[in-house]
Amino acid sequence: MDYATFLQILDTTVRLATPLLLACLAGLYSERAGVFDIGLEGKMLMAAMTSAAVAALTGSVWVGLAAGILGALLFALVHGLASITFRGNQLISGVALNFVASGITVLIAQDLFGQGGRTPPLSGGARFNAISLPFVDSLSVVPILGPMYREVISGHTFLVYVAAALVPATWWLLYRTRFGLRLRAVGENPASVDTAGVSVIRLRFTAVLITGVLCGLAGAYMSTGLQAGFGREMTAGRGYIALAALIFAKWRPWQALGATMLFGFFQALALRPDVIAKTGLSIPVPALDALPYILTVVVLAGIVGKAIPPRAGGEPYVKER
Amino acid sequence: MTLMKTLLGAAATLALSSAMVSADPAIIFDLGGKFDKSFNEAAFNGATKWAQETGGTFKELEMQSEAQREQALRRLAESGANPVVMTGFAFGDVLNSVAPDFPDTKFAIIDVDWLDQPNILQIAFSEHEGSYLVGMMAGLASKTNTVGFVGGMDVPLIRKFGCGYAQGVKAVKPDATVILNMTGTTPAAWNDPVKGAEIAKAQKSQGADVIYAAAGGTGVGVLQAAADEGILSIGVDSNQNYLFPGKVLTSMLKRVDNAVYEAFKAGADLETGKVKVMNLASDGVGYALDEHNAALVTPEMKATVDAAAEKIKSGELVVHDYMSDDTCPAATF
Repeated sequence: MDYATFLQILDTTVRLATPLLLACLAGLYSERAGVFDIGLEGKMLMAAMTSAAVAALTGSVWVGLAAGILGALLFALVHGLASITFRGNQLISGVALNFVASGITVLIAQDLFGQGGRTPPLSGGARFNAISLPFVDSLSVVPILGPMYREVISGHTFLVYVAAALVPATWWLLYRTRFGLRLRAVGENPASVDTAGVSVIRLRFTAVLITGVLCGLAGAYMSTGLQAGFGREMTAGRGYIALAALIFAKWRPWQALGATMLFGFFQALALRPDVIAKTGLSIPVPALDALPYILTVVVLAGIVGKAIPPRAGGEPYVKER
Repeated sequence: MTLMKTLLGAAATLALSSAMVSADPAIIFDLGGKFDKSFNEAAFNGATKWAQETGGTFKELEMQSEAQREQALRRLAESGANPVVMTGFAFGDVLNSVAPDFPDTKFAIIDVDWLDQPNILQIAFSEHEGSYLVGMMAGLASKTNTVGFVGGMDVPLIRKFGCGYAQGVKAVKPDATVILNMTGTTPAAWNDPVKGAEIAKAQKSQGADVIYAAAGGTGVGVLQAAADEGILSIGVDSNQNYLFPGKVLTSMLKRVDNAVYEAFKAGADLETGKVKVMNLASDGVGYALDEHNAALVTPEMKATVDAAAEKIKSGELVVHDYMSDDTCPAATF
């Protein structure tokens, strides 16, 4: 594999990993606060539809982005109501929301546009266009790093850079602020947080709503950044891969970046059977597609490191029995 | 109580079946969805054409999951619909077990030719012939001598498309490179435009400047990415030229609409128990030429392709069918 091909694959990796990263960080907030969220997929799908639909109607991708976030927030709110306020089973609520999203997105898009649950193709200001970072041309003479900067780092859409910035931001928020400390505590031992006089309900709701916003970004990126329009079930299981990445990353932001980039790299590599063939190895493409799940199982089984979920995860908080 | 239930159920079934003397035809769309701008939509267009011409009504059902197949098929057959048309090879095995239970109902199934029941009409398209023609066009239009193919789910039927395409490319440019990719191995591969777009970009970075998408909803992503990247694409099943005017070289037409129309028109008199082959000679497959791609197709290109089409029709030229022996002379999968 020559350097140019390697850069092309990395470029694809960044594009494919971004929705995973956003969804993974989304799940991180919720699960760190003790609310399991299997409904990342549904929220992404909802956001993908609302952002593409509103962008198509208004012609502005920014209004579309806002609508996408609102759509995902709505689902997050329902999840919060079901699993925090009414102490329902978090997994069931998440699965139910996935099913609702799968159906309702097609229903709404069909009703609005009559194109079989698709939105019309977006163009111009209705979609995110690639941003060329400064100094691309002057730096491209620098060996190795120059082309890397030009091919891999520059030339993505706005939301890719937002996703990248969210990693340190999440780290800082979780580990360097009072809110972050409480958020982590509420996922480990909500009773102690409650004893300290901090509202468990409010903290968990905040976390779930942040999850909604991030899923909104992920969905909007898919339909208005990567693609130009929404199509039925277009998230194609990325919400679940993000969950796998979250476990692989052991619920930590920097590791989440690494895990999603690794998974994205596998996906990108699967698109280039010619490169794999040149290395002399014969790895079937489906094996590469399955690798993220296999790695996650390996980590869960405790073979490489140990993945310990937040202790209070999955359990609704009951103040007094 | 149980007996009562059975009796009531039987009575309800009787009432239902007797109310269905009118026998509307019915169509079941496969997982891609009725408006996939491709295969299922072509079937829907054929049914609509019949309804408009005759003023009749038809029943329709859209599959939402694999598990629904048998139930949906039985429900339509029980409701008295005749004939029942279904789109897609995935119905093959289910139909094989359901059809004997409804000897008076006629079934037509598209893309299947391996069943043996007296009340089933199997409609098989010669996609390899149509794909061969668009492959020739791709070969002629390519400046880089490299063209791409993006399949949906990796099944023999899609390999048949890819194999015909590769043969067509090699027929006009023997030294051309044909890059073949499949989107995936699960039904999700029919609805993943993001992955389709990435495959198209990956193929472009390997030099491809014409990409043929036979991938249902995923194909929309391929066409979009090709248009964004300034290369040409080829649509499939329905005429998709209009999706990106001036960017789609042509579309491989699979006249599912004609097949459904004819089945509906025949109604209860549908001839079953045989395989109907829809090939180039019977206008079952072809390529699309309209105002959206007129500027892309040169007269020489058209002449070359039409000449080949005549040869295929007369039997002088035989395009290898991947499904006949699971091998392809022009490409490896």
